[in-house]
Amino acid sequence: MAEPVLSPARSVFGSLVLIAVVIGGAAAAFAYTAGWFSPQRLTPDKLVDAFTPPTGVPLGHRRNHAKGICFTGMFEANGAGAALSRGQVFTRGQYPALGRFNLATADPNAPDATVRVRGMGLRISTPDGQEWRTAMIDPPFFPVSTPQAFYEHLVASASKDPNAMKTFAGVHPEIAAFGAWAKSAPWTGSYAEERYNSLNSFILIDNSGAEHAVRWSLLPAAQPIPISPDDLAKRGPNFLEQEIAERVRGGPLRWTMVVTVANPGDPTADPSKAWPEDRRTIEVGTLTVQQIQPERDGPCRDINFDPTVLPTGIRTSDDPFPAARSSTYAKSFDRRTAEAKDYPRTATDAKP
Amino acid sequence: MIGDRQRFTPLQRLLHWLMAVCIFAMLFIGVGMVSTVMPKYLTLVSIHKPLGIAILVLALVRLVVRLRFGAPSLPAGWPEPMKLAAQLSHYAFYVLMIAMPLIGWGMLSAAAYPVVLFRGVRLPAILPQSDSLHALLWDAHFYLAFVFFALILLHVAAALFHALIRRDGVFEAMAPVSTHDEVAPAE
Repeated sequence: MAEPVLSPARSVFGSLVLIAVVIGGAAAAFAYTAGWFSPQRLTPDKLVDAFTPPTGVPLGHRRNHAKGICFTGMFEANGAGAALSRGQVFTRGQYPALGRFNLATADPNAPDATVRVRGMGLRISTPDGQEWRTAMIDPPFFPVSTPQAFYEHLVASASKDPNAMKTFAGVHPEIAAFGAWAKSAPWTGSYAEERYNSLNSFILIDNSGAEHAVRWSLLPAAQPIPISPDDLAKRGPNFLEQEIAERVRGGPLRWTMVVTVANPGDPTADPSKAWPEDRRTIEVGTLTVQQIQPERDGPCRDINFDPTVLPTGIRTSDDPFPAARSSTYAKSFDRRTAEAKDYPRTATDAKP
Repeated sequence: MIGDRQRFTPLQRLLHWLMAVCIFAMLFIGVGMVSTVMPKYLTLVSIHKPLGIAILVLALVRLVVRLRFGAPSLPAGWPEPMKLAAQLSHYAFYVLMIAMPLIGWGMLSAAAYPVVLFRGVRLPAILPQSDSLHALLWDAHFYLAFVFFALILLHVAAALFHALIRRDGVFEAMAPVSTHDEVAPAE
């Protein structure tokens, strides 16, 4: 190779400046992309941190819906959904299901009667190797319209300022409907008696490539029996887990999966807005819960019920929540898998 | 090794510059996606995974090509530490280019996520489900990304130093097009 040809001093200085500008610029662009110059940016870390309950970080547990119990069972598709989606999960057949009943609380030891919202995480696997994961809750609509509002709601709820919630409700009036539901909707004494709703909108794609905006729900076969929170409290802090385990020992439990199809113009991007009651619904199959396992060493423990894990034939819509949930659930998962020693995997159904 | 060649082969230069673009984009997509909850998160993740596998494939091809065709020898008269640094940085690049996609793939496998490249195109799991493996690989993927970016900055700085100040033909050896008929003739 050629001998080095050194440049005159002035040009060396100019070159060094140029190199510094290139390297500094690249480093700054990287830092900007990573959000280091944007403290206002809503990041998965900020959202996960905002869940931290007064009882402290629930090490080794999910950062929200922290209290739960695993189940396994079967999803039996009746074939009716195939008109809406090309996903194998909608063709007539039986597909293994894994899930988790849970309470929407960041405290894994919260007494059942202190938690208003209940949920179900569900994973259905099909022989083509695809998965449909969904995490549903029992209110008929979501408390807020946007992930940013959800974050502000968490901050306001944790705030010591007595007016924080009032201020929040002034900016996000949609929260009032949720407040009314929380006050008036009957409580039940069993996970088996709840209806679980996707709330988020998704797009089903049929065999012709046509797209259908939908939401889905699991409707319980069990008749809901109202109970007051006080009476539920008297049954014990972990009654729901004991009850569902006992109930499933007595025989499998069933839910009907119903897909609701939006009319043109229905609000797909805002889960705080329920669609009118008269929308077309299609029963696509039945979920059967056959076995219950304690979470501690159960099969649902290390499953992230990320609602964007979808088979071909289902995709996300313009609803901003599934993306926000996916990024935040991943962060929660990353943290709790690194804390497994704080939640030892011992085979017992006794709560710590 | 073919010591008397002054430039990398056209195939090696093509692979270098193609991968440079891919890896640079990949690192920006990576730090961008983990710092947002907006819908672009899903878009970025859906690019990150197939691009990572593309980089893995290109890196393996490049390794074979490198073993076959070697590299032009470094200019005579370099101090030993400088030679060592140049060689070590090449090893580090190959290790990172191959390990990072594998770590990412392994991390998703250990978390029992389906590894979807495109609609309906899935890769098999390369590791069993394991919280401890996931935690280990997640940390490795995260921190090595910053190491990778720092190494790239160092590499670019060194390349510019050779191109603009030393003018010793080292930059020209990998330049996408020949800048001179003969390498760095005297001014």
